[in-house]
Amino acid sequence: MSVTAHPAPGIEEYQPVFTGKTLDQLNGILPRYPTKQAALLPALWLVQQARGWISDRNMTEVAEVLGLTPAYVKGVVTFYTMYHQHPVGKHFVQVCTTSPCNVCGAEAVVRALLDATGAGELGATSPDGKWTVIEVECLGACGFATPLLIDDDFIESVTPEKVAALVKRYK
Amino acid sequence: MGYPHKPHPQETVVLSKHFGEVEARSYKGWVKRGGYEALKQALTMEPAKITDVVKESGLRGRGGAGFPTGLKWSFMPKEKKKPHYLCVNADESEPGTFKDREIMRWTPHALLEGTAIAAHAIQAEVAYVYIRGEFTEPCAIMEQALGEANAAGVFGKIKIYLHRGAGAYICGEETALMNSIEGKRGNPRIKPPFPAAFGVFGMPTTINNVETLVAVPHILRNGAAWYKGLSLSSPKSTGTKLFSVCGHVQRPGNYEVTMGFPLKDLLYELCGGMPSGRTLKACIPGGSSVPILNREETERCLLDYEGVVEQGSMLGSGGVIVFDDSVDMVYQIMRLARFYAHESCAQCTQCREGTAWTTRILERMLAGQGKPADLDLLLDLSENMTGKTICVLSDSCAAPVVSGIKKFRNEFEAYLAGKKHPVLAA
Repeated sequence: MSVTAHPAPGIEEYQPVFTGKTLDQLNGILPRYPTKQAALLPALWLVQQARGWISDRNMTEVAEVLGLTPAYVKGVVTFYTMYHQHPVGKHFVQVCTTSPCNVCGAEAVVRALLDATGAGELGATSPDGKWTVIEVECLGACGFATPLLIDDDFIESVTPEKVAALVKRYK
Repeated sequence: MGYPHKPHPQETVVLSKHFGEVEARSYKGWVKRGGYEALKQALTMEPAKITDVVKESGLRGRGGAGFPTGLKWSFMPKEKKKPHYLCVNADESEPGTFKDREIMRWTPHALLEGTAIAAHAIQAEVAYVYIRGEFTEPCAIMEQALGEANAAGVFGKIKIYLHRGAGAYICGEETALMNSIEGKRGNPRIKPPFPAAFGVFGMPTTINNVETLVAVPHILRNGAAWYKGLSLSSPKSTGTKLFSVCGHVQRPGNYEVTMGFPLKDLLYELCGGMPSGRTLKACIPGGSSVPILNREETERCLLDYEGVVEQGSMLGSGGVIVFDDSVDMVYQIMRLARFYAHESCAQCTQCREGTAWTTRILERMLAGQGKPADLDLLLDLSENMTGKTICVLSDSCAAPVVSGIKKFRNEFEAYLAGKKHPVLAA
């Protein structure tokens, strides 16, 4: 039995995120703060924009770039709900179901979305890899029930009837 | 203005005058509307003089606590020995509240102008605008506006930066927000020390809500006496306030009225009342963290800091959540408890355990598995969650539970007598 670890076939070698343009962006952000640590949230956003999620390797890279420890970075990543610690579908849907939207029918919107996207279950990704749907707490647009985010698109006043056409707009 | 609706004649539009006007988002469009005049005036004034004018106006914080703004500014060291900072709280996440979002979407320069004036008043050279991560559109609009204003060089020596949150309600708590800017978990800090002595990066800091800051240019331009005159009731509540109305009304949206405006008129006239055939059951007048009002209290309530307290609740952020007679209060209170359980930072035991247990007990009641002692247990739990933690998140979870049991006890008792909620019983 071989004791040498080999990367599984099909798995790409890790590519650092903070090179080229992304590194330039980070360097543009650093002077805004008196400490390097303060650039942590922006740096994590840059990783997520580049890769779609933040892996343990990415956290280690962020730690190295900002002079922090990987454990510290992980502690921060896990505090905030918008950083993905696992890959998600091509389109990530966040639906508000907190009380004000709830009384306006948000739970029916969630059911329609799980159905129309094929994701089936909250937090699961559809078999075609295109959709992940989650419930979130208050999106801050309660007068436009039900609001949701598809990736970075903020969409107001969604009803179950509008869901099928909405899903079709995203390939 | 009741965006997306046309302004109602009973509104007093000051802050929301340009909502819905796309042109007002641009630097040129804002200058055309008299924008940045107040900042020019402010930059010629002594910082202490600006603070005096704001004190005189009676302006109070619009984020929830209602602390006098001028007084807060005056806590900053007069003699500057260290860098001073201003933090702008644009982490609007309180269920029922969506006014700061509209301010940033339609009048981003109003916020930048108010921010620069406040920074000058407290002698801060750097201001951070902390925008919640989910506000993708307001953030993009603010970024564009900031770029244009910087290109025009209107801020002088003051530097304004946007800082995007990443999904955490608790970062709207002022010390949690500062920790978050520093690249830390958003845990609130024990006070004292207060931010004016030891704030972001350990330096003297003032933190203000978006709506508070956009009122400042109007106060400088029109004078403290004008602002003070905008009050229908208590002299301690001055100016106009944006109320975000949501839930069961015909026309949800943001409405700007003078302090002291009757809540009844806001709901029945400006918002067009309940959906047809329904009647009002309950109302949460200041965002989900304040006690629930029943119909009688709602109809008696005047919308200012003192008027809402008189009815047993608080003005809070001005997020008005309306429930008609179709609402299952127990289920909605469980949803609110679930919100706080999800958003607890988990530092304090009373909050970490209390919000989770409150939710579980309410869930088991809804599932038809409640125990006769559960109501007393919930009240006891709430008692231990009030006034005992670093911040007020845990108190906020207790408020709807305690007021809900007090005012809608029969609905809770129905679940204890065998009623089952279709979702939770499944």
